[in-house]
Amino acid sequence: MPRRNDIKTVLLIGSGPIVIGQACEFDYSGTQGVKALKEEGFRVVLVNSNPATIMTDPEIADRTYVEPLTVEILTKVIERERPDALLPTLGGQTALNLTVELAKAGVLEKFGVKLIGAQLGAIEKAEDRELFKQAMANIGLCVPLSGYARSLDEAKKIQIQLQADTGVGFPVILRPSFTLGGSGAAIAWNAAEFDAKMLWGLQQSPRGEVLVEQSVLGWKEYELEVMRDGKDNAVIVCSIENFDPMGIHTGDSITIAPAMTLTDKEYQVMRDAALAVIREIGVETGGSNIQFAVNPKNGDMIVIEMNPRVSRSSALASKATGFPIAKIATKLAIGYTLDEITNDITKETPACFEPTIDYVVTKVPRFAFEKFPGADPTLGPQMKSVGEVMAIGRTFQESFGKALRSLEIGRWGFDLDKVPPLDELKRAIAVAGPDRLWQLAEALRAGLSLDEAFTLTAIDPWFLTHLKTMVDEDDAARIQGKALLDDPVSLERRKRMGMSDRRLMKHAGVTEDDVRQARIRHGIRPVFKRVDTCAAEFDAKTPYLYSTYEGGSAADRAAEDEVRPTNKRKIVILGGGPNRIGQGIEFDYCCVHAVQALREEGFETLMINCNPETVSTDYDTSDRLYFEPLTREDVLEIIDAEKPEGVIVQFGGQTPLRLAVPLQKAGVKLLGTSADAIDRAEDRQRFGDLVKKLNLRAPAWGTAHGLGEAREIAERIGYPVMVRPSYVLGGRAMEIVHDASGLEHFVMKAFEASRRESLAGGGGSGDESAPILIDQFLRDAIEIDVDVVADGQDAIIGGVMEHIEEAGIHSGDSACALPPFSLSPEIIEAVKTQARALARELDVRGLMNIQFAVPRDGRGIFILEVNPRASRTVPFVSKVTGVPLAKIAAKIAVGKTLKEMGVREVVPNYVAVKEAVFPFVKFPGVDTLLGPEMRSTGEVMGIDRTFEAAFGKSQIAAGTRLPMPDGTLQSAFVSVQDGDKEAAVGVAKGLRKLGFRILATAGTSEYLRRAGVETEVVNKVREGRPHCVDRLLDGQIQLVINTTCGADAIQDSFSIRRTALMRGLPYYTTVSAARAAVGAIAKLSAGAMTVCSLQEFQSGK
Amino acid sequence: MSDAGPTNGLPPALLALEDGSVYHGLGYGAAADMAGEIVFNTAITGYQEVLTDPSYRGQIVLMTAPEIGNVGVNPQDFESSRAWCAGFVVRNLSPRVSNWRSEGTLHSLMVQHGVAGITGIDTRAITRRLRIGGVQRAVISRNVADAAAAVSRARNHPSLEGRDLAQEVSTPLSYEWTEGLWKAPGSKAVDPPVRHHVVAYDYGIKRGILRHLRHNGCRVTVVPAKTSANAVLAIKPDGIFLSNGPGDPAAVSYAVEAVRQLARSGTPLFGICLGHQILGLALGGKTYKLKFGHHGANHPVMDLATRKVEITSQNHGFAVDVASLQGKAVLSHVNLNDQTVEGMRHESLPVFSVQYHPEASPGPNDATYLFGRFIKLMDEQQRR
Repeated sequence: MPRRNDIKTVLLIGSGPIVIGQACEFDYSGTQGVKALKEEGFRVVLVNSNPATIMTDPEIADRTYVEPLTVEILTKVIERERPDALLPTLGGQTALNLTVELAKAGVLEKFGVKLIGAQLGAIEKAEDRELFKQAMANIGLCVPLSGYARSLDEAKKIQIQLQADTGVGFPVILRPSFTLGGSGAAIAWNAAEFDAKMLWGLQQSPRGEVLVEQSVLGWKEYELEVMRDGKDNAVIVCSIENFDPMGIHTGDSITIAPAMTLTDKEYQVMRDAALAVIREIGVETGGSNIQFAVNPKNGDMIVIEMNPRVSRSSALASKATGFPIAKIATKLAIGYTLDEITNDITKETPACFEPTIDYVVTKVPRFAFEKFPGADPTLGPQMKSVGEVMAIGRTFQESFGKALRSLEIGRWGFDLDKVPPLDELKRAIAVAGPDRLWQLAEALRAGLSLDEAFTLTAIDPWFLTHLKTMVDEDDAARIQGKALLDDPVSLERRKRMGMSDRRLMKHAGVTEDDVRQARIRHGIRPVFKRVDTCAAEFDAKTPYLYSTYEGGSAADRAAEDEVRPTNKRKIVILGGGPNRIGQGIEFDYCCVHAVQALREEGFETLMINCNPETVSTDYDTSDRLYFEPLTREDVLEIIDAEKPEGVIVQFGGQTPLRLAVPLQKAGVKLLGTSADAIDRAEDRQRFGDLVKKLNLRAPAWGTAHGLGEAREIAERIGYPVMVRPSYVLGGRAMEIVHDASGLEHFVMKAFEASRRESLAGGGGSGDESAPILIDQFLRDAIEIDVDVVADGQDAIIGGVMEHIEEAGIHSGDSACALPPFSLSPEIIEAVKTQARALARELDVRGLMNIQFAVPRDGRGIFILEVNPRASRTVPFVSKVTGVPLAKIAAKIAVGKTLKEMGVREVVPNYVAVKEAVFPFVKFPGVDTLLGPEMRSTGEVMGIDRTFEAAFGKSQIAAGTRLPMPDGTLQSAFVSVQDGDKEAAVGVAKGLRKLGFRILATAGTSEYLRRAGVETEVVNKVREGRPHCVDRLLDGQIQLVINTTCGADAIQDSFSIRRTALMRGLPYYTTVSAARAAVGAIAKLSAGAMTVCSLQEFQSGK
Repeated sequence: MSDAGPTNGLPPALLALEDGSVYHGLGYGAAADMAGEIVFNTAITGYQEVLTDPSYRGQIVLMTAPEIGNVGVNPQDFESSRAWCAGFVVRNLSPRVSNWRSEGTLHSLMVQHGVAGITGIDTRAITRRLRIGGVQRAVISRNVADAAAAVSRARNHPSLEGRDLAQEVSTPLSYEWTEGLWKAPGSKAVDPPVRHHVVAYDYGIKRGILRHLRHNGCRVTVVPAKTSANAVLAIKPDGIFLSNGPGDPAAVSYAVEAVRQLARSGTPLFGICLGHQILGLALGGKTYKLKFGHHGANHPVMDLATRKVEITSQNHGFAVDVASLQGKAVLSHVNLNDQTVEGMRHESLPVFSVQYHPEASPGPNDATYLFGRFIKLMDEQQRR
């Protein structure tokens, strides 16, 4: 069937901010989707609140709305743009849910918008547990047995029935219905736990309903990625087997492609089932992900769930096979059939086939529990990881080893820092946590038998055997020591097993370069092979490559190598590695822009990255994609094979920066700002000299190598002080310390983080005694972020952003406005002048970000930090101003000047506000108070004509339900620390004017009343019931303003913040943010919210 | 769970190709030196089925999937009574077997049936070599000191062209087949009552085909490759089936002769793979050797009647020449990768065949409907 001609304009909904469970894989899918639609001549309207995405670049879609993802906003966009069709399957669960809501609200019907890709009926059948159960029964497939309970008695009856049907009484899974983000799922291991967790679950569910479900813990878990076209052709793109069995969310599991432990007969049963499922659910065109569980004892198979859309797994499957699921799903949605689409990689065979792979792919999740003290690190049915890496090798072991060193967590193999005794390890591996893999390896090393390991973990013996083999080889390397360097047979064997040079270095007691040189001397080098969808049956035209150690002579290797390097001028761009808090999609965005810019300049671009979620690892993005770990070892091998002109390290965040010095030492030419300039900005002593030389000001500071020294510095500077490790990302282990009593704890934390970080990176010095920094903390100051692009001659200000929260809250967690909303023109001019001076002095050739603090008492301007590289705000600034900073910087790196490119500063005549989005809802028990350690996973943007409206949109986009006056009595809870009381008066008056009742704690109430604001007193938690939390739980409060200072007060107000979070209520922990929120409520309630595309904003219309 | 034992204790071995290239790895399976035509198979699952498929007689099979042996071997997944190929080349032989149905290891099965194996070599490099240069003769040898001898042995090994291997693998006596399809745990499927009697020529028949025929309500009498047409017609079967098998179709002239007679008999006739090629020759067409053949489980085939695509299991080195069919048969199925003939039917007679494997084993079950077509032809014939 050819392309549909009844459609001209297609609406696409993005997935919004990066959150746990929904990350940049949807930028990858969505970008592919938009491009495919445009290729076919459709007009594309895109809505996505996330500015850090490639898909929202104004040149990607025809109309781009960076607006909140709500039914109200989407309705306005539809009314304005009149799309003929809506493609709902590329924007994750967010887009799917919104589509259902739009359909149910009659919006789609009203404006004649057709659904393409998946129809409403199919979405509902896949999403509604009861409908899904029925559908599976229709085709004779089993699902976990379950029943809904609204009371403990009902639940007990269901449990008894489950026991009768399955022969297993416990454990059972309890899933509260309709909780925020699907949180609250629990496992009951016995009758007592069942009662307690059931009661808790009933309370958690807004509907007082819990699904009691048969547990298939310990069953093997598989996923199949299926595609179907309008002619009912259907193919399986990839099979994935989870290393971690059922019971751990697949997003938190190590997964392997293809499936490793199924016979053909069993695989075909699963394949047939997958095809039956997609047909029964009725996904007409596109991709679906179907999860299965298999009983390892007898092969019993059940269907766990199906996603009628592209997913995290489909992105992984696309990268694992070279089959671009999102792109093809889009083409199928507009009428094509699979046999009409050509395979991108072979260019001669059709996309209607099933990829076969001749390598093994391993995905390993990356966690961030260190950011959330108090969070339960046990892995279970709810996803908790923030990123992932993928590695490709010719064997399971090689792929697994490469994945481990891709993680950048300071481990280079099976090297747990502190190895507890075996019985402790046994306990640890039975309850999966983020370190289970390493604990398991140590347990095997300590003599745990494979049978016992299987009993404790239910990990398939096939995987366990390989793990044991790898651990044994690791031990052998340790015993061999330095002799390894003269033992090419062992060296080659270990490389083929995926062991890193760094791990071998440690065992041999030499330097990493000694290992590399030994490899070179013995001719032990990797070859590069192509990912080609067909196991070499056809020629691969697309250079998507991975390294592997194949052995053989140098001549053999030359014959086997599939690099086929060109003689073109080429440049390597190092990507950002796994997503983590502090380094996410923003940096991938910059890398992709660098690639685009250099391609425009006629260079061949070589991308190296190991993050399967990203646009940068789409083989379409660069000329040549190397899916490889970002380590010195792996990068140098690629450079040796390709011999590029230079390497760009400034776009991928901390990961490539850490490689800068080691690469330079190995003779690699780095493009852009010099490593020395980076060092001048990062080394505290040299930074101090720089500030002094330019006659600028920075907070007083000192470098401490021990606790005693830290105390002395703090005394000298005066409390409060900011304690932080050197060279870290996202404010890791950064704390504001108010008095001497708190110092020791945080200083020790910072030392530990400093040490870990120095061990982590590819270029890490391995310095065990890395120092920490102690800075004067500026209280009550406005923080400013400035992005600059410079070429050695000129420096252009990309944007000046004013933070809404005051200095002391990590800039990544703080909302900020572009242009500033309260700063005086003099201050703005002054920070610009200082920024330009810094750029000139550091001879910046590319991007630089500077953070300033301006105390409200008029003490002047202080420089907090200078980073001569791409920053987190680059995508936001570029999106708002239309000036592509990263592209400009990349061109500067290859010699272009700002003048040549005609770059000029743009100060928009509209306002954009960036707001952070947090994962707190996934971590019960964690305090939501913001601080200097970054904890947000993503960001949204609100853009409008005024600051208030833009801020309001940013709040709505971040999921905050701003209460709008609606005639009913609404209340705001206000409790502020003494220092904030004066400022709170204006906020409270504003709320009163909007008709809010003010509920305040005694002190705040007293102050406000004296200032003429009518209030009602409400008890603090420790003052007796009913207290403020009771009122929150009652639903009497719609807005919370709560500022605190000091550990006791923070502890005291913890339950207020947590309750507000669980209830989805807006809560502000700073007066400045509260003031902005009240302004936004006033603005948005005064007139209807309007929408406007980026293209219109930027063209001045 | 059984353990295959460590792979690092394996003896050195080499694989020599007729073009002179030599790959060093580790030997497993039978200790014998074995020669044959080397072909690559791109199926990810199903090495046991491949190993026991008689169509691989005379060949060394290289699996492109790198981890092989993981699920061991079990009694249900045999496609014939034994392993037939000469050698089995893998990137990484599994050190461990893990599957609930497993009762043995790949290594021990190969030892038992005299199949030589080599592991730890760059299977992708060899695959690319075969793709670019075409099929070659090869030798797996444990005499690693004398690579030159192995190369020359590969060069002296007879080519598959012109060789009748069907005779070597066919059953010496006819027998009845009564077993239906493998049933997954919990499956409620039952084999339907028998309604038709089919005579199946065994040129190297896979059990998967027999199981599908039984699953579709057929009683099957399997007869030797050289059974005459008259002998078959004397049984008065409802349908005749021509099986898959090894070697060059042009070399089985006795079969071509018999099929020429059977096709005209009016008895519904269905051929698969070698059976399809034999039918092609019997109808007056020609066959030719492909550069490196089709061996895998992911080949797209379009049914020209419905324009629907099925993902198919394939294993053939020869093909029917499409031009030679002009006026003799109707092209019914075509391979979307290279446009080769995948199926044909006679314009007026109840005769059809496919080049690929609707019985899968290993591979997808997309084309099992073809057995239904065969049944339908028999039904129609009975109504007449």
